[in-house]
Order: sequence, then C-alpha cells, then structure tokens
Amino acid sequence: MRKSAGQLNKLHLYIVASVLTVAGLGLFLYKALALGFPLLPRTTTEVWTVEARVSFVAEDKPVKVSMFIPGSTRRFAVVDEHFISSGYGIVAAAEGGNRVVTWSIRKASGKQNLYYQAVIRPVRTASPVPEGEEPAIEAPKFKGPSEEAAKALIADIKAKSADTPTFVGELIKRLNNPNPEDNVKSLLGSKPTQARKVGQAVRILAYAGIPARVVQGIRLQQEKYDFSAKTPLLRWLEVFHNKAWISFDPIRGKTPVPGDWLPWWRGSQGLVQLEGGSKQRVILSLSPKVEEGVTAAVQRGEISKPLLLKFSLFSLPVNTQAVYRVILLIPVGAFLLVILRNIVGIKTFGTFMPVLIALAFRETGLFSGIVLFIVLVSLGLTIRFYMERLKLLVVPRLAAVLILVVGMMAVLSVVTNSLGIHRGLSVALFPMVILTMTIERMSIIWEERGAGEALWAGVGSLVTAALAFLVMNIKYVEHTVFVFPELLLVLLAATMLLGRYSGYRLLDLYRFKALASG
Amino acid sequence: MFRLISMLRKKGVLAINKRNADYVLRYNPRRLYPLVDDKLRTKELAHANAIAVPELYAKVELEGQVHHLQDVLDSKDDFVLKPAHGSGGEGILVITGQVNGKYRKSDGLLIDRDELNHHIFNILGGLYSIGGQPDKALIEYRVLFDPIFDKISYQGVPDIRIIVFLGVPVMSMVRLPTRMSDGKANLHQGALGAGIDISSGVTLKAVLGNDIVAAHPDTGSSVTGIVIPGWEELLRLASRCYELTGLGYQGVDIVLDRQKGPLILELNARPGLNVQIANNAGLLPRLALVEQHHQDLKDVSQRVEFAKGHFAA
Repeated sequence: MRKSAGQLNKLHLYIVASVLTVAGLGLFLYKALALGFPLLPRTTTEVWTVEARVSFVAEDKPVKVSMFIPGSTRRFAVVDEHFISSGYGIVAAAEGGNRVVTWSIRKASGKQNLYYQAVIRPVRTASPVPEGEEPAIEAPKFKGPSEEAAKALIADIKAKSADTPTFVGELIKRLNNPNPEDNVKSLLGSKPTQARKVGQAVRILAYAGIPARVVQGIRLQQEKYDFSAKTPLLRWLEVFHNKAWISFDPIRGKTPVPGDWLPWWRGSQGLVQLEGGSKQRVILSLSPKVEEGVTAAVQRGEISKPLLLKFSLFSLPVNTQAVYRVILLIPVGAFLLVILRNIVGIKTFGTFMPVLIALAFRETGLFSGIVLFIVLVSLGLTIRFYMERLKLLVVPRLAAVLILVVGMMAVLSVVTNSLGIHRGLSVALFPMVILTMTIERMSIIWEERGAGEALWAGVGSLVTAALAFLVMNIKYVEHTVFVFPELLLVLLAATMLLGRYSGYRLLDLYRFKALASG
Repeated sequence: MFRLISMLRKKGVLAINKRNADYVLRYNPRRLYPLVDDKLRTKELAHANAIAVPELYAKVELEGQVHHLQDVLDSKDDFVLKPAHGSGGEGILVITGQVNGKYRKSDGLLIDRDELNHHIFNILGGLYSIGGQPDKALIEYRVLFDPIFDKISYQGVPDIRIIVFLGVPVMSMVRLPTRMSDGKANLHQGALGAGIDISSGVTLKAVLGNDIVAAHPDTGSSVTGIVIPGWEELLRLASRCYELTGLGYQGVDIVLDRQKGPLILELNARPGLNVQIANNAGLLPRLALVEQHHQDLKDVSQRVEFAKGHFAA
C-alpha cells in the first residue's frame, strides 16, 4: 500500500516537472523564435548613452554657447539626440566637417546648465567610404630652424617609407621616441604634450603635402570627463589617403584606432566656446545600455505582445537589471551544488556557502579569490584556536570571530592596496557571516575528527565554489538566464527530479568498495 | 566504474540517496523525529514503556543551573555528560572518576570544574546540536560495559547498533572504540565495527575505516566469533522500539551493562550505512523482504523469529 503511494508521489513529481519544463521551454522558444530574442550575447553591439553637461555662471548679458557634437561616422551611429536647456534657442549646424550646436539667449543670469544627450551605437562597415576630392592644403609656416628640421625629417622618413600610411606610422614613431633625434626636438620643444605632438604631426604632414587633421574624442568606457579640470581628451590623427580619411593611433602609429574611440570633433579648438558667462565647466559622462539585440527584440515585443514585456526584467531600471543579472545566476550555482552533493557526493561547509563564495569570486577573480579565501580562513582558524583557550560561550564566540573576520578584511584591503595589489580590495565582497560559520564549523571538525577531515571538507567547499564560479562566469550562462529567465522553470524541474535520484553517489562507490570485492 | 556500480547493485548496497528518498522520507514521518533527536524525550518515552535506559542524574537547560550541579557531581563518582540533541557521538564527555576535585576523562586526562562547565556551556549554546539550536545538557549514569568486551575495546563503551525496519531487526553490528577513535564508538571517528549474525548473535569480521580486519588494533585480540550474551533479548528490545517511536526505519543503539543488562543508549532516525561494510552485505534485499512480509508479522515475537529465520549471515 505504501509502495503504491510512493509511486503516486513519483507520478505527481513527473507531472509537475513536465508542466514546468513545457512552460519554461515554450516561453523560451516563443521568445527566441517568434520575438527574435538573441540566443547568444553580443559583445560588439553595446550601445552607449553619452551626456555632455555644460555649466557656467551667466553675467546678465546675452549668452552664446557653441559646442561640438559627435556626428555619425562609418564606425558609430549617433541617434536619439536630445538638447535640454530652458529658454535657450538651439541651432545645430555642420561647420567645416564638424557638427556644432549653438545655444543662445538674450539675457540670462546665475548658474546655467545645458545638456546634450545622445545614444551612440557602434556599426560595422568593412572599408572606408570614399569621400571624394582631396582637400586643399594650406602649407603651414615653420619658423627658422624648425623649417629646416621639418624638411630634413620629411626627407629622412620619405626615404624609409613606401606610401602614405607607412610615412605617417614612421612619423608618429619618431615623434614619440623617448630619446628624440635633434630634428624632432627642435620641432616639439622640450617636454611636449600629446596634444602638441599630434598638432605638429598635422603641420609636418601638411608640409609634406599630405592632408591631415587632429581628431578629438573620447573612449567608450564607463567614466566621466571633466573639462574644467583640463582632463585631456583623446587626440589622434586622420590622414587623407586613397580618397578617404583614415585614422592613426597617435602613440603606436597604427591604423585604424581602437574600436572604442569615438571621434567627437576635428580640429584643435576647444569643445565649448562661451560668450557672456564665466566659470565654465563641461562634464561628459558615458554609460552602457542593454544590448541592442535585446532592445530591438523588446521593442518588437512591445508592439505585438505588450503584456508579456510589461512584466519582464527589461521593464526594470538599468541598475536593477544589473542586480538581477547576478541574482539569476544563483539558481544555476544551486543546481550545480545539487549535482556535486547528491550525485558526486562532495562534502561542503554549509549547504549554499560555495555558491555565495563563487559570487564573491566574480568580483575578485578566481585565483586571487581562492588566495584571499585561504588567507582569511587560515587567519580566522588560528584566532579561533586561540579563543578556544578563553572558554567563551558559543554565541559571543561566534560574534567575536565575526568581528575579527570583518577587521581582517579591512586590514587585508589596506595592506594589499598599499602594496599596489588592487585585487585585494575586493575582499570586502566575501560574505563575512558565511566565512565566520565556515571557520567555526571547520575548527569544530578539526578538534573532533582531526585536521584531515576538516581540511578535506575545506578543500571540498573550495573546489565546489571554484566550479560554481567557472559555470556562473560563462557569458552564455549569464546571458541566457537573464534574457530567458523562464528557463529557470526548466532548471527547477531538473532540480526536483534530482531530488528523487536515489542511485549511488560517485563517492559511495569508493566508500563501499570493500563490499564489491567479495 | 560501471562494473563497481553493478557489483554494488548486485549485493544490494543501500547508499545515502536511496536511504533518504526511499526509507527515511517514506517511513519516518518528520513529526516523530523529536522523539529520537532529543535524547531526554527518548529517555522519558523508554521509561514510560518499561524499557531500560541509563539513569538520568541531572539535566541543565540554562547557563545559571550549572552552579547547582555541585551536589549531583559530588554524589556521583563517575558519569557521562552529553548533549540532548547531539549527533554522531559529538560532544559526549565521559568522566570515570574524581581526583582532588578534578575530573578524570575516559582517556585518563584530568579536567577541572571550569573546563567541565565550559563543555556544558558549549552544549547549551548549540555547538553540537543539529542546526546550532540551543540545547540541553544531560548528566547520566556511566555504563560499565560487560566484561565480554574487555579484550576488544580501548576505553569508551562498545555499543551494539541494530537496524530495525518496520519492527524487524535486519542488520546489526557492534562498535568497538579504539585509540584512534578516542574511546568513541563511532565508525567515522575510527572505531572498529564488527558485524553480528542476526540469527545467532555471533560477531563476524570487522572493518576499520574501509579495511577488513580480524583483530582489534589496540588489544590485538580477535573480534570474530564472540557470542553476544542474551542476543534474543536484544533483538526483542530493538524490535519494541518500533512501537515506541513509530519510526519505520531506525537505528537502535544498545549497551550491555555488567549489572543492569542491556540499556537503550539512543535511537536514530537516520542511521548510518557502515553497518553494511561491517557485515559485508547489502541492506536492500533484507529491506525488500521485510516490505513484502511485514503485514503478516503481528508482534515482537513473530518479527524476531522472522529476522532470525531470514537474516543469517
């Protein structure tokens, strides 16, 4: 009778598991096939939001602010532009190959803020687009000895280069030589800035009859540029060759420049020209947006199936989405833990401790994470063994170990930071309560069953954490659970089925080996 | 590896997943666990059913009560201190005598009253209890084990573990403390486990860790062929524990006291699986046989007869 009840339970479980699987897979297939959600993460289609904020104090006079703004190039598309300013007239115009926005107002006073926002989307075009006629060059004037130096340098480089790109490359190499030859020294002066080097390169190239220009831009990274602090922007060279402008890295002399360098304007002028104000300050900030593929799919879905996406993770603010990218990995780690514990038979401290340690590894990196973990736990164990002599009650003792763990983390951060090991800072991300419990459990097992068993369980935990990290760190896994969270239903079904796995664990085989022989 | 799996299957070795899924979860309702997880309740239950257990001298539930223990400790020369919710033999302190106000542990070392109190505090704080719950400390009669085990145990108290399935004793072993196990009768702490033939009560071969041995590592005496006195009585005692707790699958730990006879030490709702190694036999065939026939087995006598008839080594 009992047996049939057991079989009924099993049937029940199978039904629940298949319903979950069907629901999860169904939604997944619908999103992947019908709505076209991307199955793989795309690293190159990251989209950036740039924002420029110009602030200044108006002096009760007419104000005119001109600022260069980026234009679409063959590498970047500039879309969704917004100009935010109250009461200002706005004119955006093309001006000598650049785009300029001009804000103007008849009278303003007090602190003013003007905003420019745009979305930058990298695009891939294989080859440079021909731009037609070669621009006219205005031969630059060098003074006295500089002219001779320029002539000599050009002649020297020409003798050693085959075409315009190699000429430019060689020139950049010489300008950047830490021990420059005399000609370069007299052209650049002592201690030249990067800006001066690029400026002089343009002049020398023009002198040699090669059209060139300075490009100023930013790197698409999550950071802020603050112009009042005179942070130099990226400057690089563009040289007209084969009817198109090609760009050169001003340090390495290579073409093209790295893919994340966004050209903002051409020329050596400043970004902003201000009339009628003072205390000018410009802040450029950049932030990445969700992958384009997903955005496009979400937009498609919003049109056809509004309800489905209204309640999806993509409706959340971007920073909350980032949190869920991590949180959704926890079920994957937990599933792995089920396999390692119930199928392999590895022993760990605390059921889910390895998953939490693995999450910390995402910030610290695997190797330094393991080192930090071992350092913390061994220090903690040493202190814990010392405390054993003081005969403290259990809860105060746990609290004392916790306090010491927190203290050790702080000390470790300070020490590694002063040694220049910045990885050490991330020690703060270790779950300290879990570490405390690990130290306590380990010291008890150590005393009751010997060092061997304690170390063995410690190694088991660490190996499990490392494996969980390796799985959770796979880009595809992160992408898949975030874009298709319904697959967690399938994971749930698999976990429930494993919950009825009653076969041998891998380590059982070792344990009962003696029984198999006779 | 697959050969190993099929060998173990053929022998019917029960492993931990299957024990939990098909026996513990199915035959041991969770509400009954407190009866065996709390040794104090087990003791009371056994008392009520006239089953002999080691006498309880005192219990400590609050830190403050430690100071009222003096009378009890003064009146008893030897005693055992254990956590009510301990598992796997952890946290058990055996005091064999008192010298100049100090207490002699089973390994011969002396500890003072402060150290004894600290051990009690650790127990109360939940150091040894499942899940770290606050616990009670029990002070009870120290078993003076039957001389039959003198030559095959090193300090500590040898105990007899009988696996009882639906009231039928299915497999048994005697656990003999060694120097390595620090006088504890726990196999994974290094104690020796010798299988016992259910039908006759005679010890079989023994295992130490994963190795089969014939003699006790510390005394050198043979552990095979020893006749457990009053075996039938032990089987009946174990079988009665089914009605006592209602747990379908349990491990019954019995000690043989030289004056008081067999005493139930503790009951276990998730008994370990090493008994199979000690018997060089798998549990599954025996469990399946009991599942088939237990409807026909009406009382303790029938169940013991069934066990003796079917589970000879």
